[in-house]
Amino acid sequence: MADKPKQNTTSTGKLVAKLAVTVVGMFGFGFAMVPLYNVFCEITGLNGKTGGQVAYEATTADIDKERLVTVQFASMNNGAMGWEFRPVQNQIDVHPGELNEVRFYARNPSAVRMIGQAVPSIAPSIGADYLHKTECFCFTQQALEAGESIEMPVRFFVDKALPAGVHKLTLSYTLFDVTKNFAGTPQLTAK
Amino acid sequence: MATGHDDHHHGPAKGITRWFYTTNHKDIGSMYLWFSFAMFLMGGVFALVIRAELFQPGLQFVDPNFFNQMTTMHGLVMVFGAVMPAFVGLANWMVPMMIGAPDMALPRMNNWSFWILPFAFTMLASTLFTDAGAPNFGWTFYAPLSTTYAPSSVTFFIFAIHIMGASSIMGSINIVATIQNLRAPGMTYMKMPLFVWTWLITAYLLIAVMPVLAGVVTMMLFDIHFGTSFFSAAGGGDPVLFQHVFWFFGHPEVYIMILPAFGVVSEIIPTFSRKKLFGYDSMVYATSSIAFLSFIVWAHHMFTTGMPLAGELFFMYATMLIAVPTGVKVFNWVTTMFKGSISFETPMLFAIAFVVLFTCGGFTGLMLAIAPADFQYHDTYFVVAHFHYVLVPGAIFSIMAAAYYWLPKWTGNMYDENLGKLHFWLSFVGINVLFFPQHFLGLAGMPRRIPDYALQFADFNMVSSIGAFIFGFSQLLFLFIVVKTVMGGKKATAEVWEGAEGLEWTVPSPAPYHTFSTPPAIK
Repeated sequence: MADKPKQNTTSTGKLVAKLAVTVVGMFGFGFAMVPLYNVFCEITGLNGKTGGQVAYEATTADIDKERLVTVQFASMNNGAMGWEFRPVQNQIDVHPGELNEVRFYARNPSAVRMIGQAVPSIAPSIGADYLHKTECFCFTQQALEAGESIEMPVRFFVDKALPAGVHKLTLSYTLFDVTKNFAGTPQLTAK
Repeated sequence: MATGHDDHHHGPAKGITRWFYTTNHKDIGSMYLWFSFAMFLMGGVFALVIRAELFQPGLQFVDPNFFNQMTTMHGLVMVFGAVMPAFVGLANWMVPMMIGAPDMALPRMNNWSFWILPFAFTMLASTLFTDAGAPNFGWTFYAPLSTTYAPSSVTFFIFAIHIMGASSIMGSINIVATIQNLRAPGMTYMKMPLFVWTWLITAYLLIAVMPVLAGVVTMMLFDIHFGTSFFSAAGGGDPVLFQHVFWFFGHPEVYIMILPAFGVVSEIIPTFSRKKLFGYDSMVYATSSIAFLSFIVWAHHMFTTGMPLAGELFFMYATMLIAVPTGVKVFNWVTTMFKGSISFETPMLFAIAFVVLFTCGGFTGLMLAIAPADFQYHDTYFVVAHFHYVLVPGAIFSIMAAAYYWLPKWTGNMYDENLGKLHFWLSFVGINVLFFPQHFLGLAGMPRRIPDYALQFADFNMVSSIGAFIFGFSQLLFLFIVVKTVMGGKKATAEVWEGAEGLEWTVPSPAPYHTFSTPPAIK
């Protein structure tokens, strides 16, 4: 065409290539926000997100007998999850550094096999980093046959480094129905 | 639309295929503008369904689920279908003419970025006719409402967003390449008209955040169909993460919809004040500052999600900081008019209304930025009033101002000034009757996105609905005026406006099919 823009085509090509790379990079950045967000929440303890499984021996030398921290337990069912789900004890007083075990009761009153997944959260969020779980039913999915019930253990200890102003921690679990997501999985019963 | 010059050697092709195959920036600009106007009417019909239902308390016309579909579709169509394509259309028409370029840098991609849009919106609108109904989770599509609890039409919505995003990204790359590479010799960056400047910055914003939007809808797609758990707490994901990713796109998006409006107004006010724009340099820096700040304020949409105090404070102060460059702009517009020889043609009326009413919307934005107060305002009609004040008398008024301002250049004919003024006053009164009472409703506690409400909200809702119908139907007058101008009217001169400056006024009216095939001399 006679009216073809009189432009430096190589520099336009370079610019477009740079912009295209930016587009791809920003698309990737959107996905990078997922791990970044989790790392951010983990480091700051915001959002009440708890860490994964922790070994007890490695982090404790002695127990702080001077101090007592009240740990409360709460449970909640998400949406239409029909299980009975509650802590066996509502609260216990613990010494920082001491290993404790509590149990949560769950029963599947429905007529079909269901799979549940508990998601923990700790309040206040400033304490989220200082409650370590050595064993928790939240690390796996729980499958219950129709009418079956179970008592599920949580072993945890409170870190001695817990800020002095914190006297009470609440560990709450929300139970989700994940039967649909894991329908094909054969054996997921709690260990 | 540009009239055909059949006798011209390089005139447009004949017949319908002209529009399918065209790579001419003026043709594509016209198509963008007509398309966005069609979407504006469609989104407007959705809005009128909402306002008709809210005319009285109780459920009159639609069931709550359909009401939710209307609020969702209204938002999506207006944001992605009306405002954004209208600005891209203006950019297509005006940017090459303002910088002395013969066309856009990538004409064929230009054609493509327009022609995928009708498909995206057909796909989105087709969900209204399915059994599942259209998306009903609000235009912000928060997960898990838009994943776990979404109607099956959500997949159509996701692909529609993907296509709109691709269109915007291609359009932006084209605009950046045009502005950076095709300026006429002597057209330095600091000589560019402000509309070109604001569009350059907007295009960079689009390139930065539209891929993030594509990313977030892709994550939704995976959560819905491929068993991932980006936003599902049961699988270790986090619904709040959705809001972070969405608003990382969403906040720059609101500036994408307003920066080109700033550019339009910065063209029009000097023309009708017969003065140079006051503080050109500060306008450029203010626009850049706003663009930068728009990336670090997103969580002010999320004050009530349980952010830590430090986060609330950071996002509160960062948000308030945006008022500084915005204030610079408003100051410059007012100072441009100060002691000017002002005449009040329709574009100027819309531009002045823009300055006044956008500032109102800006102030309510500052109120919402106050984190402790936001807990009261969050998700009420106060928020609805706020963002409609910045989007309707903000973005939409600037588009109308631009249409009246450049219509004589596009068509070669003057629009009917009396009808234009009538359209302005109907719109101006309509818009204020429509949205001003919503401030009071919100402060009194009326939540947004509800089809029914408590009786104490009845009167203001009725007033608001009356305003909606005035504003809505007066847009048909706008359509009439534009069609009338395209068909004929008083011939426009090349300059059109006596105070106008800029390269676009040096070419004849209507602008020939090809302009600046040889670069103009820049003074």
